[in-house]
Amino acid sequence: MENEAGALSRVAGLFSARGYNIESLSVAPTEDPTLSRMTLVTVGSDEVVEQVTKQLNKLIEVVKVIDLNDGNHTERELMLVKVRAVGQDREEIKRLVDIFRGCIIDVTDKSYTIELTGTSSKLDAFIDTIEKSSVLETVRTGASGIGRGEWVLKV
Amino acid sequence: MSVEITGAEITVRCLQEEGVNCIFGYPGGAVLFLYDELFKQDKVRHILVRHEQAAVHAADGYARSSNKVGVALVTSGPGLTNAVTGIATAYMDSIPMVIISGQVPTGAIGLDAFQEVDTVGITRPCVKHNFLVKHVTELADTIKKAFYIASTGRPGPVLVDIPKDITQHKTEFVYPDKVTMRSYNPVVKGHVRQIKKAAELILSAKRPVIYAGGGVILSDAAAQLTELTQWLNFPCTNTLMGLGGYPATDRQSMGMLGMHGTYEANMAMQYCDVLIAVGARFDDRVIGNPKHFSNENRKIIHIDIDPSSISKRVKVDVPIVGNVPDVLKELISLLKAGKKKSDQGALKDWWEQIEVWRARDCLKYDRESKIIKPQMVVEQLYKVTKGNAFVTSDVGQHQMWAAQFYKFDKPRRWVNSGGLGTMGFGLPAAMGVQFANPKDKVACITGEASIQMCIQELSTCKQYNLPLKIINLNNRYMGMVRQWQEFFHGNRYAESYMNALPDFVRLAESYGHVGMKIEKPEDVEGALKEAFRLKDQLVFMDFITDQTENVFPMVPGGKGLSEMILV
Repeated sequence: MENEAGALSRVAGLFSARGYNIESLSVAPTEDPTLSRMTLVTVGSDEVVEQVTKQLNKLIEVVKVIDLNDGNHTERELMLVKVRAVGQDREEIKRLVDIFRGCIIDVTDKSYTIELTGTSSKLDAFIDTIEKSSVLETVRTGASGIGRGEWVLKV
Repeated sequence: MSVEITGAEITVRCLQEEGVNCIFGYPGGAVLFLYDELFKQDKVRHILVRHEQAAVHAADGYARSSNKVGVALVTSGPGLTNAVTGIATAYMDSIPMVIISGQVPTGAIGLDAFQEVDTVGITRPCVKHNFLVKHVTELADTIKKAFYIASTGRPGPVLVDIPKDITQHKTEFVYPDKVTMRSYNPVVKGHVRQIKKAAELILSAKRPVIYAGGGVILSDAAAQLTELTQWLNFPCTNTLMGLGGYPATDRQSMGMLGMHGTYEANMAMQYCDVLIAVGARFDDRVIGNPKHFSNENRKIIHIDIDPSSISKRVKVDVPIVGNVPDVLKELISLLKAGKKKSDQGALKDWWEQIEVWRARDCLKYDRESKIIKPQMVVEQLYKVTKGNAFVTSDVGQHQMWAAQFYKFDKPRRWVNSGGLGTMGFGLPAAMGVQFANPKDKVACITGEASIQMCIQELSTCKQYNLPLKIINLNNRYMGMVRQWQEFFHGNRYAESYMNALPDFVRLAESYGHVGMKIEKPEDVEGALKEAFRLKDQLVFMDFITDQTENVFPMVPGGKGLSEMILV
């Protein structure tokens, strides 16, 4: 979409006005600074997704809409988690972070801040694995997706 | 050396470049520089309304009856919020329009300044697009884009919000010849393979129906639709928004369909085997319950410029995205070039069935009544104007009777708020129609409830000597609300009685117009003739009609098309 003020609110407004669901939404400018790329995750029947696509295409500032599920794609989400880490938990949490291929990016004597990247379900799995009571704070970016192989989304 | 002019002058010059000769508006603090520039020139005429809602409805009526882009000018804050009903009305009916709104100066935006509202935010869901101009150098380009977006593809209102300081800043004026936008390229031509598929399906039809909507009017496709329908000898029905797209007096016309459509149109729609939908959107007031509609097996061809209209409420078999007249031309030439003809035998049987339905005479009413029947007033209006008037309406029972009983043979003659259903639309829209068609007869069919929602415009009509004929079907009730209360709420007429009505004759006279009160059926025709003889005057005709009259047929909300309540 055009990298213009208000473009994001048109997309968000469309979803709320028509009763569609936004699971997550991530957006930032691309290598071409006049364009932003948004990855939006929504849930709905084929008919609903078809309508969502058509309605998005109708927005004047939206340049192109693709459904990543139409082909093979890969997606990643970033999560930062602050967990309570004291005593013997410190070792255990460190091991879990390694298993999930995350890294600890900030440390105090009572807490770790963990950075984790992956599909949304992998991040969910990590949260499920860590003991609920030790999670102090989480922040997630929402998924960003791209098609597999040499195919590129061109404008 | 280049000459620099102010943003205000640029705005007016842009309107001149677009060939705009008439705009509707109301001044205020944020648009004073714009008004100053309007004052200094005489190419763009400004019509001063009495309320911003009316400015937008008038621009809307102007656009609908002329196929030009309507233009309205309002100030910031309350000027804009008053205009929102008009903008939403135009949006729901896809009317090409540009609204210019003043905004507080750039530096004051976001500081809760006097008469500040988030115009772009408030109007976002009811415009095709909107702009906030942030720099005077963007102004001309933005206005060009606004006109382009408003009038191409599926048309719609576009708003340009201009902060006051931008109208003072200066730059060189260059009006772009054309617009190129990578993110907006409306299609025109339909897909050839799809058109071929449609042609095959059409020729295989045994019980075909052509269902034509407002898209036919908006895209000026009445000629192509008529040619196709008559060449095929297919029955045609028009939606409320599509009336006049096919001549209503023609044998092949089944009249309007939908909630208050004719028996024959609704039955044919339900039981056809091939449905050709042209510039229509299977609205809830048109097909009723989509589940019930889908109970019958039929193939659907859907021609529309907006892909999101296709398969939205009803799944279609052959979608064709394109500009309606272009697609119809292709389709006609394809059909005419082919050797195959449609199944004449089956078509004959189908027409016989339709004639049986038609013989049900679903629009009959008591013609011997001693109290004026509203239907009779519309019929007489049709007779007196020889079917040639432009007719606007408000919203309610009178709107449906106007649609049922005034036979529109030409497009753009019927102007009403179909999608949003805005009471108060009729009178200001009629003003716009009269400005676009100064020599034609313009009638506004309304009711005593609707007319009071924009009654202040009688003053505008006086200022500009607009000889409108207002047909007030006065039954002392919000008729359609009363009808629903009678049918679905046990005759409990909660708040639908219009108490303390003004004396409309004296009201009209106090604005400097002619008022008439008509109470007997035998006086209706004479009064209408007398009113139209007063060529230069607005005549407010207060017809005292039967309070108990209901609109039939009726498909109750949530029911299917064949589940009509009949007289």
